[in-house]
Amino acid sequence: MIPPSFEYLQPKTIPEAIAMLQQHGDAAKILSGGQSLIPMMKLRLARPGFLIDINRISGLSHIKEEGGYLKIGGLTREAELEASPVVRSKYPIIIDTAHVIADPQVRNLATVGGNLAHGDPANDHPATMIALDAQIVASGPKGERIIPIENFFVSLFTTALQPDEILTEIRIPFLPPRSGGAYFKLERKVGDFATAAVAVQLTLDGQGACQKAGIGLTNVGATPVKARKAEDFLRGKKLDDATIKQAGQLASDEAEPSADLRGPVEYKKGLVRELAKRALTRALERAGK
Amino acid sequence: MAKKQTVHVKVNGMQREADVEPRLLLVHFIREKLGLTGTHVGCDTSNCGACTVVLDGKSIKSCTVFAVQADGTEILTVEGLFKDGKLHPLQEGFKQEHGLQCGFCTPGMLMSTYALLQKNPAPTEEEIRWGISGNLCRCTGYQNIVKAVQYAAGKLAKTAEPLVEEGVAK
Repeated sequence: MIPPSFEYLQPKTIPEAIAMLQQHGDAAKILSGGQSLIPMMKLRLARPGFLIDINRISGLSHIKEEGGYLKIGGLTREAELEASPVVRSKYPIIIDTAHVIADPQVRNLATVGGNLAHGDPANDHPATMIALDAQIVASGPKGERIIPIENFFVSLFTTALQPDEILTEIRIPFLPPRSGGAYFKLERKVGDFATAAVAVQLTLDGQGACQKAGIGLTNVGATPVKARKAEDFLRGKKLDDATIKQAGQLASDEAEPSADLRGPVEYKKGLVRELAKRALTRALERAGK
Repeated sequence: MAKKQTVHVKVNGMQREADVEPRLLLVHFIREKLGLTGTHVGCDTSNCGACTVVLDGKSIKSCTVFAVQADGTEILTVEGLFKDGKLHPLQEGFKQEHGLQCGFCTPGMLMSTYALLQKNPAPTEEEIRWGISGNLCRCTGYQNIVKAVQYAAGKLAKTAEPLVEEGVAK
């Protein structure tokens, strides 16, 4: 399958890239890992007249703890996340997530920034970043602005990024002690999009009750879903079989999946219920450590 | 039609270049511009891995990359494994352990496992299976592919020759 013709641009700096976005407007798309965009172009579902390849821009690929945040550059590859010692030791939910994105070859090129900016509710990082209460750094002609993750996903394939903005960094607030998270995904086969998936990040208080819960759902709506009712329910409560079961049900109620080849609506909602229970259990386990 | 651009790539140790439209996929560049037809187009949708090559030391699916993105990089294809009149231990392994039937997935399998052994010279069976999870085989059931990789890992450990030839990125 061949994409339609396009002009290929290789800016060397972020300001150059932003100027190109301003110049070409709607006709331009950013090329990051390309592992979501290029398949769409080959199917002619995306037809940018101008592809702005940001892969040669330095300073976009980092994983560092600074100023109270884990800061991940937008161009960071999934494989780099998987290999990162700080992510592996302190943010296992991100490892869980990166691990189930596509396959090893795709993970060598696919970027975290692209996974979020593409605006596909079937991508995996959105739910996890929702659970982690992340912030998106958008760079545009007027400089940087911070977009809280809960405002970032607007509709199918649409994010809060303006046409002249580039997602340059993801910031995750440091996790307090007694925090734990997990990402559970069911897929038909390795490499598939999620039939459904649930991300959970918990913080427990001194008595072992839930101080804070972040729950994100993958591929069960036009955007990734923040399971607010389940989150609110858990706050202040001890996590035992009964509360976990109830939270799972609430998360399932907030899911709005479409029926498709991966399964009917009730099946997917049932999956959310079960995966939420498993993710909560694992998150609780990790919070205890 | 968009302006053509010149792409300079080092392929299997040799400097190559061609003028290409931006929309030319890397797999077509390799097969049609360079005449290296060992790399296969399977699904064309980034699933099967038959198009896998090693670019700057990383296994990638060449059907999901534009040739222009590969400008200035080093690429290893299946044709680059045979060296100095000898099969690469992976090729030997696939032969000895009957790791193929129709052979269509095999170049992709070889390149994925080449990259795997670079990073992890002594993989467990689980690590091998995870390492080839981006490559589909309709014939073998993967069992002998796993054995082929184990053969190669053993052979490479014994000879302790560098896997990396000068000019091919690690």
